[in-house]
Amino acid sequence: MANAAELLDTLSLVDCAAAIAAGDVSAEAITGAVLDRIDRFDGQFGALLHVDREGALATAASTDQARKAGAALGPLAGVPVTVKDLISVPGMPLTAASKILRGYEPPFTATVARRLRDAGAVIIGKNNLDEFAMGSSNENSAFGNVANPWAPDRVPGGSSGGSAAAVAAGYGFGSLGTDTGGSIRLPASLCGVVGIKPTYGRVSRYGVVAFASSLDQVGPLALTVDDAALLLSVIGGHDALDSTSATEPLGDLRSGPGSLEGRRIGVPREFLDDAEGLDPGVASCIRGSIDALKSAGATIVDVSLPHTPLAIATYYLVATAEASSNLSRYDGVRFGHRATLAQGEGITDLYERSRGEGFGPEVKRRIMLGTFALSSGYYDAYYERACRVRRLIHDDYVSALKSCDVLVGPTSPVPAWRLGECTDDPLAMYLMDIFTTGASLAGVPAMSVPVGTTQNLPVGLQLIGRHFDEETMIDVARGLEKALNLGVQRPNLDALADESKP
Amino acid sequence: MSDTIDRATVQRVARLARLRLSDAEQDSLVDDLQRIVAYVEKLQSVDTSAIQPLVHMTIDAMPARKDVAGQPLGTDKALANAPEAADDAFVVPRVVGS
Amino acid sequence: MSNWQAVIGLEVHAQLRTESKLFSNAPTAFGARPNDQTSPVCLGLPGALPVINEEAVRLAIAAGLATGCTIAHRSIFARKSYFYPDLPKGYQISQFAKPLCLDGHLEVPTSEGTVTAKIIRIHMEEDAGKSIHGEGNAHTSHIDLNRAGTPLIEIVGAPDLHSADHAADYLRELRAILIYTGVCDGNMEQGSLRCDANVSVRKNGTTTLGTRCEIKNINSFRGVRDAINYEIARQIRLIEAGDKVVQQTRLWDADRGRTEAMRGKEEAHDYRYFPDPDLPPLVVSQATIDAIAADLPELPRTRRERLISRGVAADVAANLCEERSRVDAFENALGPTRDAESTRSAAGFVISRVVGAMNQSERTWTDLESAMGPLLQAHDRWRAGKLSNKMLKDALNKALSATTPLSDALTAALATAGEVVSDSGALQPVIDALLAQHAAKADEYRAGKTKLFGFFMGQVMRQLKGQADAKTVIALLRQSLDNQSRNNESLDNG
Repeated sequence: MANAAELLDTLSLVDCAAAIAAGDVSAEAITGAVLDRIDRFDGQFGALLHVDREGALATAASTDQARKAGAALGPLAGVPVTVKDLISVPGMPLTAASKILRGYEPPFTATVARRLRDAGAVIIGKNNLDEFAMGSSNENSAFGNVANPWAPDRVPGGSSGGSAAAVAAGYGFGSLGTDTGGSIRLPASLCGVVGIKPTYGRVSRYGVVAFASSLDQVGPLALTVDDAALLLSVIGGHDALDSTSATEPLGDLRSGPGSLEGRRIGVPREFLDDAEGLDPGVASCIRGSIDALKSAGATIVDVSLPHTPLAIATYYLVATAEASSNLSRYDGVRFGHRATLAQGEGITDLYERSRGEGFGPEVKRRIMLGTFALSSGYYDAYYERACRVRRLIHDDYVSALKSCDVLVGPTSPVPAWRLGECTDDPLAMYLMDIFTTGASLAGVPAMSVPVGTTQNLPVGLQLIGRHFDEETMIDVARGLEKALNLGVQRPNLDALADESKP
Repeated sequence: MSDTIDRATVQRVARLARLRLSDAEQDSLVDDLQRIVAYVEKLQSVDTSAIQPLVHMTIDAMPARKDVAGQPLGTDKALANAPEAADDAFVVPRVVGS
Repeated sequence: MSNWQAVIGLEVHAQLRTESKLFSNAPTAFGARPNDQTSPVCLGLPGALPVINEEAVRLAIAAGLATGCTIAHRSIFARKSYFYPDLPKGYQISQFAKPLCLDGHLEVPTSEGTVTAKIIRIHMEEDAGKSIHGEGNAHTSHIDLNRAGTPLIEIVGAPDLHSADHAADYLRELRAILIYTGVCDGNMEQGSLRCDANVSVRKNGTTTLGTRCEIKNINSFRGVRDAINYEIARQIRLIEAGDKVVQQTRLWDADRGRTEAMRGKEEAHDYRYFPDPDLPPLVVSQATIDAIAADLPELPRTRRERLISRGVAADVAANLCEERSRVDAFENALGPTRDAESTRSAAGFVISRVVGAMNQSERTWTDLESAMGPLLQAHDRWRAGKLSNKMLKDALNKALSATTPLSDALTAALATAGEVVSDSGALQPVIDALLAQHAAKADEYRAGKTKLFGFFMGQVMRQLKGQADAKTVIALLRQSLDNQSRNNESLDNG
């Protein structure tokens, strides 16, 4: 049998599943190696809030037994993965990285977790995140920041910072994050991994803590396009428990040839030529990738998404309005943190104190903004107006995608910034979502693929596809991966561990 | 700077949202919200009078389920996470009108 | 009062008769252990999502059609936000800008004729849980979420009613319609039907509306009448004293017989309604609406009118039509060929005589409905003179106090009740024998002691175990006594 610890640094998720199924390596050994790695490194990175050591090893062991007995194995049998701590997994706490969910253990299973389990995956634990998915740097967790495995003094991006860092650091072979305005794609870009936000409605939200109901989607993060596609094929598809779940067929996400010949690639001028604040190193990587696409036979098309400058304003009204409503249930009555009341304090005090104590500053800021946007006298000018502009943005994407197979551009305007660099100014932080919010508002699928580095920091290219056409988007991404031929880049964690020693 | 957000607004909104804010938090939120609201004023630059709001992101209409009672969680599971429970119920400070 | 006009509109909430809740499949059955019938959706747990109950939609549409509403092909659910411990999500899923039903009306039968009251809208929403005082602890409340998520329709009536009596009549008619269509069981005591009243007053002849108050906590028909009458008087008193009516929500206190402003800070609620992003629009095809319309049963008004055309008195018909099972049982037992007088008599018989006896017993209307056949048979035999009043009363009471099913008990009682004898051929020998046995008394009667007639009457009836037709006995007895005397006279005169 191969050395499991070494395999963590050489296998992809697809490879791992095949190796376990073939008996080349035991699931128990792989899971054991992952747990050791976590023990060794996560003190530094903080990517995990909960590790289910016993459960993971038990699942791994039973996978090995099943294989030996000749039983049929699921497509992810024995493969260790992690999931963002917004996803309900019975037996593990659910915190949403917030003090307000102190002590909460879900009595039901999220559909995406059930599908992972049914496919045989080993769920190692829960990824750290920005509290209630609100943030772009994973500096808003109530339980500590997440550090970027490529440069531990820098942010991994957010809000699925823990999910992206876990994949980059090799805590298993993939993770699930959530994306509302860029929260999978941005950290994927900053951590040099692949991350997919599916079409709205493609993946069930049942059992996933809601931030903004018309924007949230669960999606995979992994080291390669094929890995992410496999995860999406397992978790995606209609769920009767979610009324916003689509019945559109998933399509074939896994066996496309990755041929770029004849593909039409749209480049929105607002994302590159006309973009403000775009780091030159990032721009350079993106242009290089576009050239590679062209060399491989794709046609590059100039397109425009004219309402791009309005995307962030639209997003921060719609998303916060929905969030203010979704977070009303965190009230100290039925679960989570309840403030200790003084003599004579009543129900209003219970609500105000529990929520005041339990929510962090960014969450409070967004609840306040969202409540304001929905309140009497302001609804028309703020929330409803934003919904109208949303339609304009949606129509931009649909229109541009009529003449193209996918759109491409940078995922993030800058590579990973330093911890603490952006935290003084909420608005500056919001502007990191400039390229990602549009696809969320339009509901179209989008993904980030690592395409190089600048200043030794990962750069991600974003691909945006037509509604429910993940198949084409993923295949173009596959083609890009092949054309660039960069291979899987992994940070040298040992070197970092050595550097941090005195 | 937006004139819409002042301390009174912050207090009113905080009450609607049942958030207890310290004075420092109120000050900070007045600042933050003023700047954010000023930023989102750019949405006024577009004429949306002829545009229908986009709220529902799915193509399908509302799906319905058959009227069959399933297995509920049951009292014990329902109360398992309760900060305070007694006599099979969630306990809270006395509410007016009950 | 005559200078003033009361203006009243009722808001009625009706629980829909479904097995499971509106947005979750938790059961709706009444009376379970607290918090036992809850699911993640009912509890407002993180990650829970709503999925609508198709039967709830069908019932809501049926209610709309039965009240003449237009059914929206596309309606939207909205979140109504406020904080209260029996509202787990911190918002109620309801309908706001685009409800399911619009522009209906009710033809309300009142003692002053039919009044048309418009229905502005009917929309669907989920019920909240219950909060009750902590046991033995005045400082806490206990929250039970079994009821949270139960499907409701809210029926918003226009301010078209002008008296408390009419308001009660409106509620009665609406309740009957909801029961007939199977939408709601109409139980006001258990809270499956709830009524709030919006009340204002204005000077007769004016068209602008006065300031209104919303009256809550009305739990019965009597409460509707009393609460509204109290409130009308209160508002008139205020205005006549030069004060203004304050727009507010008031609670009806049935024990004290008055409305009171709700205690605690009266905040104007900012519900921040917005379309629920978890629920796409509810789309209902015309074909679906037509199918539901085709399945609607005959409504109370139709049944009342038919009974009246068959001869039943109007108020008796209204009573019989209060429940569909009641009028179904009655009409079945009537049969198709019964004439008007017999029908009228039978209806009156059931509603006064039988119901009166029922109320003295442990039996209920359900028992009466199942025994309607034998009940009408009893009526017919009595009406034909074959049962005396006493025989009928005895048989009824015997059956009502038995523990066996009423239908069987009544059939048995009727079988042993015997029959009234009115044949003089059968009666005369009895009378003759009695007069012979009590010859002395007979002489005394003939000598002038006419009071003894009662004695003989009683003896005859006792002999015949009460089963003689009184009129015939009187006539025969009188004749016999007088004849004897004539005979005696002739003998004396011999």
